[in-house]
Amino acid sequence: MEDTTPRSAAVRDGLGVGLAVGLSGLAFGAAAVTAGLSVPQACVLSLLAFTGASQFALTGAAGAGGDLVAATLGALLLGGRNTLYGLRLADLLRVRGPRRLLAAHGVIDETTAVAMAQPTPEAARTGFVTTFASLYVTWNLTTLAGAYGTSFLGDPGVLGLDVVGPVAFLAILWPRLAGSAELRGLAAGAAAIALCATPFLPPGVPVLLSAAAVLVVLAR
Amino acid sequence: MTLWWAIAAVCAGCYALKLAGLAAPRRVLDHPTVRRFAELVPVALLAALVAVQTFTHEGGLSFDPARVAGLGAAVVALLLRAPFLVVLAAAAVVTALARILLG
Repeated sequence: MEDTTPRSAAVRDGLGVGLAVGLSGLAFGAAAVTAGLSVPQACVLSLLAFTGASQFALTGAAGAGGDLVAATLGALLLGGRNTLYGLRLADLLRVRGPRRLLAAHGVIDETTAVAMAQPTPEAARTGFVTTFASLYVTWNLTTLAGAYGTSFLGDPGVLGLDVVGPVAFLAILWPRLAGSAELRGLAAGAAAIALCATPFLPPGVPVLLSAAAVLVVLAR
Repeated sequence: MTLWWAIAAVCAGCYALKLAGLAAPRRVLDHPTVRRFAELVPVALLAALVAVQTFTHEGGLSFDPARVAGLGAAVVALLLRAPFLVVLAAAAVVTALARILLG
């Protein structure tokens, strides 16, 4: 397990992240149906939007009886970070034409984190594709299962599934924090900004606003 | 605006946002500040997501002891250099157990 090439290590990372995070589609499917979406609506979101935080934001706001336009804007603001990931990934992936149209669908938190954690560009591409494929298949299958099974599962919180999302983000972030005091400061500042802004701004906006912490680091 | 229209808008918009990043002109990427910005931004956003998904609920700050216990278990597992899946499983199990114990 220790003596692996960068590419097989990237496959391992990608499958680990893809399968594990993909399981939280169970929680999304359940949450969506609980919020009043139909099973097809939950599945279409997972198939075509395929960015968990935005999907949760839309269903959460729609379920709370919120305005659908505001719910849509919140989900799109949350999806705005994928644009920044795409800027970063464009260099690593170097895809053109139809392959770029396909790769774009996979530009999300998890694929970016796995790709950026790899030591070589080849390993980064392998990590991206493996994470995208395994996460897409798992996320969509578990969305379907979660949506159908909601009446039996009841509250996914009973299984502790609601903690899988934030913990996955933490585990992805961890190696980068371990190596740099500057990045630890940035992470702490960003978390503080997001929490302080949460009571005053619509869902999705505080997370985007936390990127302001980056400006402080850049200005130093 | 029906729910289906909202779903269609989110699906189309999220894809467009993803594609915009990948398809941005190269000269935008070649600027060192843009590069550094794009390197730092995911760190900030991931940290914010951890905080928001752990300590907020329906638009307000909230403290869920079970969820925080799960996050604590994950930190311990990460410090012990546990594999990714073990970290997630430890967090979910501790959260579920805490919910049983705390009622």
